[in-house]
Amino acid sequence: MSDADRDRLTRLLGPAGPELTCEECFEHLDAYVEIELARGEGAAEAAVPGMGAHLAGCPACAEDHASLRALLSDARD
Amino acid sequence: MLSAAASVAPVPAAEPVRSHADVGSAAWVAALGARGPDHDAAVARLHALLLRAARFELRRRGARADVEDLAMQAADDALVAILAKLHTFRGQSRFTTWAYKFGLLEAGVKARRRAWQGREVPLPDEGWAAFADIRHGPGADAETAELLAAVRVAIDGCLTPHQRAVLVAIALQDVPIDVLAERLGTTRGALYKTLHDARRKLRAELERQGLHPDGGSR
Repeated sequence: MSDADRDRLTRLLGPAGPELTCEECFEHLDAYVEIELARGEGAAEAAVPGMGAHLAGCPACAEDHASLRALLSDARD
Repeated sequence: MLSAAASVAPVPAAEPVRSHADVGSAAWVAALGARGPDHDAAVARLHALLLRAARFELRRRGARADVEDLAMQAADDALVAILAKLHTFRGQSRFTTWAYKFGLLEAGVKARRRAWQGREVPLPDEGWAAFADIRHGPGADAETAELLAAVRVAIDGCLTPHQRAVLVAIALQDVPIDVLAERLGTTRGALYKTLHDARRKLRAELERQGLHPDGGSR
């Protein structure tokens, strides 16, 4: 499957597994990003199950996640 | 701002997120909850912090016009939201991280709405027609072609008109979900629920046909 077709299917079908809502994502985003930066994505997902799936399926929340990650990374430099 | 919506799907229980309860965060909460000069000073420091976050976000997105105005509006709105929700801070992150997410959310929403100001949200049929017309090159395998064809049929046959419009706008036409929510007079959470339900229907239909988009065996 080409990358373009894979991307198209992902956008249409979303993540396969259970996921958080946008509200739950926002509620836990700060803790998730701090754990992610300190101990990695696996530890963050273990602390907040369903966050990774939601970020894969929701472009706006994925942007919010990337922004907070970037800001905290910038602040640490 | 986000608003309540029904849960899209149950998720497994989380490991408990350890509360930091660090001294700096406790000091923020105490000062913001106090009265008098300490409160006023803390509010001013918080606003400065939110302004910094909003400027960071707007510049990261490449915004050039009205950055200061947008950043100030975002910081103002985020400050109001934080003071209203201060009692919900659980200390699961540093207070500043918790506060930053409000500033970034407000800046992101304002940047997306500004980018779409004056632009028509495309009609669902435009995006749908573009998807239906996609032709695959010689590299496209038979299984991919079968999957995409099945998705097209399922979008047409299994979704309500509203679900199809939301799916096409967000997944195929790149309309930001909060811009679409504003145009439709609803919330980001409610629209995501619609999107999620549409995706579940499509996956169920593919499953019924023995198709596995995530690469599982038939």
